[in-house]
Amino acid sequence: MSPNPTGAAQAQPRPYSREWLLSDRPVSRRQARLGRAYIVWRRFAENRLALVGLAIIILLLLVAAFADVLSPHDPVVGDLRNARLLPPGSEGYLLGTDDQGRDILSRLVYGSRLTLLVVVLVAIIAAPIGLIVGTVSGYIGGWADAVLMRITDIFLAFPKLVLALALVAALGPGIENAILAIAVTSWPPYARIARAETMTFRNSEFIAAVKLMGASPLRIILRHVMPLCVSSLIVRVTLDMAGIILTAAGLGFLGLGAQPPLPEWGAMIASGRRFILDQWWVAAMPGFAILVVSLGFNLLGDGLRDALDPKEAGQ
Amino acid sequence: MALSDTSAVTRRNRRRASSAAMGLLRFAVTTLTTVFGLLVVTFFIGRVIPIDPVLAIVGDRAPAHVVERTRIELGLNLPLYQQFFIYVEQALSGNFGTSVLTTNPVFEDIKRVFPATIELATIGTLIGAILGIPLGVLAAVKRGSIADQVVRVIGLIGYSVPIFWLGLLSLVLFYAKLRWVAYPGRIDVVYEYTFTSTTGFFLFDAAWQGQWDVFRDVFRHVILPASLLGYFSLAYISRMTRSFMLNELSQEYIVAARAKGLSETRIIWFHALRNAAVPLVTVIALSYAGLLEGSVLTETIFSWPGLGLYITNSLQNADMNAVLGGTLVIGAVFVGINIFSDLLYRTLDPRTRSR
Repeated sequence: MSPNPTGAAQAQPRPYSREWLLSDRPVSRRQARLGRAYIVWRRFAENRLALVGLAIIILLLLVAAFADVLSPHDPVVGDLRNARLLPPGSEGYLLGTDDQGRDILSRLVYGSRLTLLVVVLVAIIAAPIGLIVGTVSGYIGGWADAVLMRITDIFLAFPKLVLALALVAALGPGIENAILAIAVTSWPPYARIARAETMTFRNSEFIAAVKLMGASPLRIILRHVMPLCVSSLIVRVTLDMAGIILTAAGLGFLGLGAQPPLPEWGAMIASGRRFILDQWWVAAMPGFAILVVSLGFNLLGDGLRDALDPKEAGQ
Repeated sequence: MALSDTSAVTRRNRRRASSAAMGLLRFAVTTLTTVFGLLVVTFFIGRVIPIDPVLAIVGDRAPAHVVERTRIELGLNLPLYQQFFIYVEQALSGNFGTSVLTTNPVFEDIKRVFPATIELATIGTLIGAILGIPLGVLAAVKRGSIADQVVRVIGLIGYSVPIFWLGLLSLVLFYAKLRWVAYPGRIDVVYEYTFTSTTGFFLFDAAWQGQWDVFRDVFRHVILPASLLGYFSLAYISRMTRSFMLNELSQEYIVAARAKGLSETRIIWFHALRNAAVPLVTVIALSYAGLLEGSVLTETIFSWPGLGLYITNSLQNADMNAVLGGTLVIGAVFVGINIFSDLLYRTLDPRTRSR
């Protein structure tokens, strides 16, 4: 900091340097935004476990993106004659093979795509529903609020997995229906959060100002209310990702999610269940992958929450 | 003076009574609409989403007149709202239809299997609370220490591990390799026909009847799935205990207690934990509800003849009546537990009582 902050001749720090980012009087909107992001990142990076989580998720993204390059074998067609139920560490099969002679490592690598697909689609479907319901309910209030929140409570009253099970039972098994079912059961907490967030600034002056300028309620909700709810929603969605993965794996395990021969991790555990006593690796490996990825999302979510919302940190 | 005093008291009492009545009314409306909502959702899942519920029952090879007769029997020729009224009426009188798989009324089936789930979830919650609360207290008291980190990691893994996978692996270890626990199921075949359970809770009945060999066998069956569920509630309970305890330990009354020269043990276990216990009751109730859900996958792994296994077995056989009946019952129990924990919280916390 300059010793004479009010002086007109104050030198601006070099752009993108640490001082420039941490400056408490940014000269451009971009500098302010970058500075804020830098502070959040520093707070996030202090947390070792959160960095581990971030690393796991980046690794997952890379593995999914380069699945074709990374997997040594075909994930669907196995070598039934020579490579059935080989233990981990066999030549050419690092994590062993399953009962169809398929390389487990390759199946795990391709399975990461399905895991990401489920997580991303559920987030894309459920988060906007929650955001819309919550902001409308919080901003408009009154009867709309009462009715929307009652509906939210009803969905909250169902245990997630059981409702998803019943939905998939009605829709028919398959990965698309599993995604839909999980999304239907995931939105209520987002609606609750968005509503609580909206209530805190519904009567604030900047909303009154836009209202005076003649903005319609739709415009206020879309342009002024929703953007402010997004950051807490992102944290919550990240924290929920582990739960989504576990629910999807549970559905897959019960045969209601992805259908064979798709290498979905939960379904892979189910197919390894028959050999669990003698060929433990068939079921153990995919479960381990699920554990690592959901741990990664949990660590990342915890870190994000602590970085974005210092009030909650340490609790 | 005395007169005005009493009138003020009665006025206050009246106001309190009317606010209590309002609270009761709001509470009743909330409960009723939630139960109604549960019925609407299950009705939609069972009747509206499937393309043709009749085909699901009679199969696609049935002749046309059979299909038509079943359609009329099911009331599917009626308008949707009439179907819904019939559905609500039947569900409220405990008629969830007949299970295709067991050919019994679904309600009878659920009554038969539910005690097994309750037994499992209760023991699981007990394990989770007995271990989770001290762990959470330890983590809060020694905040930032190795112990705190260990408790945190135990909790995080509990949040991240697929329960069915952990169940399978623990079966391999404790049943197949170490022989510490019994084969999946609830009771050994030897006792299956000699032991009659009156309440459906095997552990309780065996102890009540003094059949200690049966008790031992049942215990060897229940301990692994219950510990597994217990681990999951431990993860949740220890995390919440830590957070509540941190909150209490930063309060001024703790400083006052220290200034009085009370021992640290007494401050932690009698002063802080007692205050943290009030929200903890809610947490334990919620984790109990969560275990009822977790039991769906656990029971499948351990062939535990409870509601979860009943639902998944019915799912495999496209037995929609049974699936929806089970869903409705679990949903209703969820609502019940939520109400119960809410009421418990109000009775335990004097601050909420006076309002």
